[in-house]
Amino acid sequence: MTKTPHISVQHLDVHIGAQHILKDININIPDKKVTSIIGPSGCGKTTLLKSFNRLWDNTADVKITGKVLVDGEDIYAPDAEVTHIRKKMGLLSQRPYPLPMSIYDNVAYGPRIHGIRKKQVLDQLVEEQLKATGLWNEVKDRLNASATRLSIGQQQRLCLARGLAVGPEIILGDESTSALDPVSTAIIEDLFISLKEKYSIVLVTHILRQARRVSDYIIFVYMGKIIEFGPTEEVLLNPKEELTKEYVKGYIS
Amino acid sequence: MRKRKFEELFFRVLMVFATILVSGSFFLIVGTIFFKGLPYLNWDMITKTPGGGFYIGKEGGILNAIIGSFYVAGGATILGLIISIPVAIFINLYMDGKRFLSNTIRMAFDVLFGIPSIVYGAFGFLIMVYFGIRASLLGGIIAVTLLVIPILVRTLDEVIRTVPFELRDATLSLGATRWETAKVVLRQIRPGIFTAILLSFGRAIGDVASVLFTAGFSDNIPTSLHEPAATLPLAIFFQLGSPVEEVQGRGYASALILTIIVLIITVLADILIKKFSKHKI
Amino acid sequence: MLVFTLASVSLLLVIGIGLYYKSVPIIQRLGWTELITTSVWKPLKGLFGFFPFIMGTLWVTAIAIIIALPLCLLTALYIVEYAPARIKRILIPFVNLLSGIPPVIFGVWGVLFIIPLIQAHIAPHFVEFSTGYSVLAGGIVLAVMIFPLIVSIISEVLRTIPQELKDASLALGATKWETIKKVILRKALPGIVAATVLAISRAFGETIAVLMVCGNNAVVPHSVFDTGYPLPALIANNYGEMLSIPSYDSALMFAALLLFIIILLFNIISRVILARLERRLAS
Repeated sequence: MTKTPHISVQHLDVHIGAQHILKDININIPDKKVTSIIGPSGCGKTTLLKSFNRLWDNTADVKITGKVLVDGEDIYAPDAEVTHIRKKMGLLSQRPYPLPMSIYDNVAYGPRIHGIRKKQVLDQLVEEQLKATGLWNEVKDRLNASATRLSIGQQQRLCLARGLAVGPEIILGDESTSALDPVSTAIIEDLFISLKEKYSIVLVTHILRQARRVSDYIIFVYMGKIIEFGPTEEVLLNPKEELTKEYVKGYIS
Repeated sequence: MRKRKFEELFFRVLMVFATILVSGSFFLIVGTIFFKGLPYLNWDMITKTPGGGFYIGKEGGILNAIIGSFYVAGGATILGLIISIPVAIFINLYMDGKRFLSNTIRMAFDVLFGIPSIVYGAFGFLIMVYFGIRASLLGGIIAVTLLVIPILVRTLDEVIRTVPFELRDATLSLGATRWETAKVVLRQIRPGIFTAILLSFGRAIGDVASVLFTAGFSDNIPTSLHEPAATLPLAIFFQLGSPVEEVQGRGYASALILTIIVLIITVLADILIKKFSKHKI
Repeated sequence: MLVFTLASVSLLLVIGIGLYYKSVPIIQRLGWTELITTSVWKPLKGLFGFFPFIMGTLWVTAIAIIIALPLCLLTALYIVEYAPARIKRILIPFVNLLSGIPPVIFGVWGVLFIIPLIQAHIAPHFVEFSTGYSVLAGGIVLAVMIFPLIVSIISEVLRTIPQELKDASLALGATKWETIKKVILRKALPGIVAATVLAISRAFGETIAVLMVCGNNAVVPHSVFDTGYPLPALIANNYGEMLSIPSYDSALMFAALLLFIIILLFNIISRVILARLERRLAS
C-alpha cells in the first residue's frame, strides 16, 4: 500500500474488566477504501471498532493502552479533544437508533451541536444528506414527522444521513445491516460502495457474502488478535493462515 | 467549544450540589433529632409509664406508647399477613392466563398503596362507628391493617414474582396441586416474607393519621383489645404541644426513640433484602 | 383466597362509597359549589366553606414540588449518568433511608430546624413579622419527604434508556451534558411526568408533618410566608369535635372524600403512564 493509512493502530490492548479482549493490535486502515473486519462472535471485532471513536470512554472498567492515530494524531493522547475526534467519524450501529425527534431534527442534530444555526444552511445540509442516502424522495414531504415512524430500513438510512451530516472522514459500521430485510440491506451495501469515494469505511460484519461484495480489504480477527489482513479476494479465496482458512471454509466450499 | 464545556461543567457542579443536598438531608434530619433529643433521653423514658401530670412536667416515661405502638403495629401486621399472603398467591398462581385481570388487580393495589393514611383513618373510624367499637386497640388495629395490606400485597407479589417459572412448573408437572405448589413457593420466599413484615411494621409503627381517630390514647398499657392504646407518634405529638420546656424536650427524646426503632427495622430489612437476592441466580 | 382478593380490591370502591355516603348530608345541604368555593368556616353556624383548605393544600404541594422536582431530577441524573460505582453505592442507601423515616419525625424536624430557620434567617428579608409557621415550612418539609419517591422513579426511567441511543448522540460529537439535554431528557419526559404526578398525590395526603409546621389558620394564603391549613390537617385537628357538632362529621368526611377523589385520579393517571412506558420497553 503506497497510500497513507487513515487510521493507524499501534500496540492497542483493550481490557474489559478482568478480560483481555484485544491483544497487541497493529493495523493500518487504508484511506478511502472499504475495510471489513470479520471473525467469529465475541472475538473483539466490535471492541476494535468502538475503540476508534473512543466510545469505550463511557463504560466503567475498561482499560485501553496503545495508540490509535487518526490523520497522524493519537486520539488517546491525554490532551485529545474527544468531541472533535468523534466528529471525524460517523457510527452506524447494529440496530437503528433514531433520536427522539423529527426526521429533519435527527439529521440537523450534529450540525446544530457544532454551531451551525442558520436555517438555510441546515435545510441544505439535510437535503444533501438525505439525497446521498437515497431517502429524500421518500421523506421530503414529512420532514417534521417523528423519526420513529419510519420503517427499520429507512431508519438505518436516516442514521447514516445523520452521521454524514457532521462531515466526517470515516464511517464506522457495526453489523449495520443485521436487523434489516434483504432489500434494505442491499440498499445500504450499495451506499457503502458509492460512499467510499469520499470516506474511508470500516465495517464489522459476520456475513462473508457481504464482506466480499462491499469491501476492498479484509481484516480477520480471532480471539483478540489480528490473524490476517489483505485485499478481499486474497483473504477470502486464498488465505495464508490456517485459522483464516478454517473460518472462510464454509464460504468458499 | 469552550462554551459547551463550560455549560457541562456548570450543570455538573449543580448536579453534585443537588445530590449532596438530597442525600445529605437524611443526616440533617436524624442529626437534628439526635442532638435535640439525646439530652432528654434516660432510662425512665423507656421503662415507665406516665405518672400523673406527665404532660405538664411530672415523672414518668413513655412505655405506654412504646408498647401500645408495638401492639397496634404487630396486630395489624399479623392480620394483614393473613389477608395478604392468600391474595398474593392467588394473583400469581391461580390466575395464569388472565394477564389483564391480574395486572388490573395489581394496579388497584398500587393505587391503594398511594392512598394517604388519613383516609384509612377516616374510613377505619367509619367502620368503628358502624360496628359500635370505641376508640381502642382494636380500632387502631383495624385502621392500620387497612393501611398495611397494600404494602404487604405489593411486597409479597414482587417477591413471589422472583421465583422462576420453572420452579412453579416443576412441582405442578410432578402432579402437585396448586395449593401444594403455593406451599413450596412460600417456603422459597421466606426471607422475602420477613422483609415484607419488617417494611409494613416500620410503616405501621410510625404512622399517626391512621391511629389518630381510632386507637384513642391512654396513659396505661392496654390489657385488652377494647381499651384505648397510646401510640408513639401521638405521644410525641402531645408532648411537643405542651408549654413546658421539659416536656417538649421529652418529646424530642421520644422522637429519637421512634427514629432509632424505625432505623433498626429499616436496616434489618435492607440486610435481609441483600441476603435474599444472593440466593437468586 | 378469591374472596380475600376481591374484598381487598373492592376496598377502593368501599372506601369511596363509604366516604360519599357520610358526606351526603352536607352535600345535600350546601351543594358542591358552595362547599368548594366559599371561605366561611363556622361549624357552629353550620357554615362550611372549604376553599381556604383546598388552597392551603395547593400552596403547600406546589411549593414542595417546585423545590423537590429540580433537585431530584439533577440528583437522579448525577446518580445514573455520572456517578462512579463507589459513590453510587454510598449515596443510594441514604436516599432510600429517607423514605423509612416516619412522618411525625419529619414534623419534629420541621419544628426544630425549619421553623427557626424561616423565622430568623429567611423571612426577615421579605416580611415584617413571621413566626416561621407557614406554608413555606410545610412545603420544605413535604419536599424532603418526597425526595426518595421522585429520585427512585426518575432513576428507574433513566436506566431504561439504551446505551446505544446515548452512543449515537456521543458519536456525533455531542458532549455528555448535551446528550442529556437533547436526547435523554426528551426520552424520559413521560416518566418524569409520571413521577411528578405520583409525588403530588403523595404530598396532597401527607397529614402530620405538615400539620405541625403550617400554622393551621383557616385563611387563604397569599404568600409563602402566610400560614395555611391543608385539608388533611383540617380532618386531623377536628375529629374530636366531629361527633358533637351537627353536620361536622359529614363535613369532615366530605374533606376526606375530596382528598380521596383527587389522589385516586392522580394515582391512576401516573400509574397508567408508567405502565405504558413499561410495556413499550418490553416490546
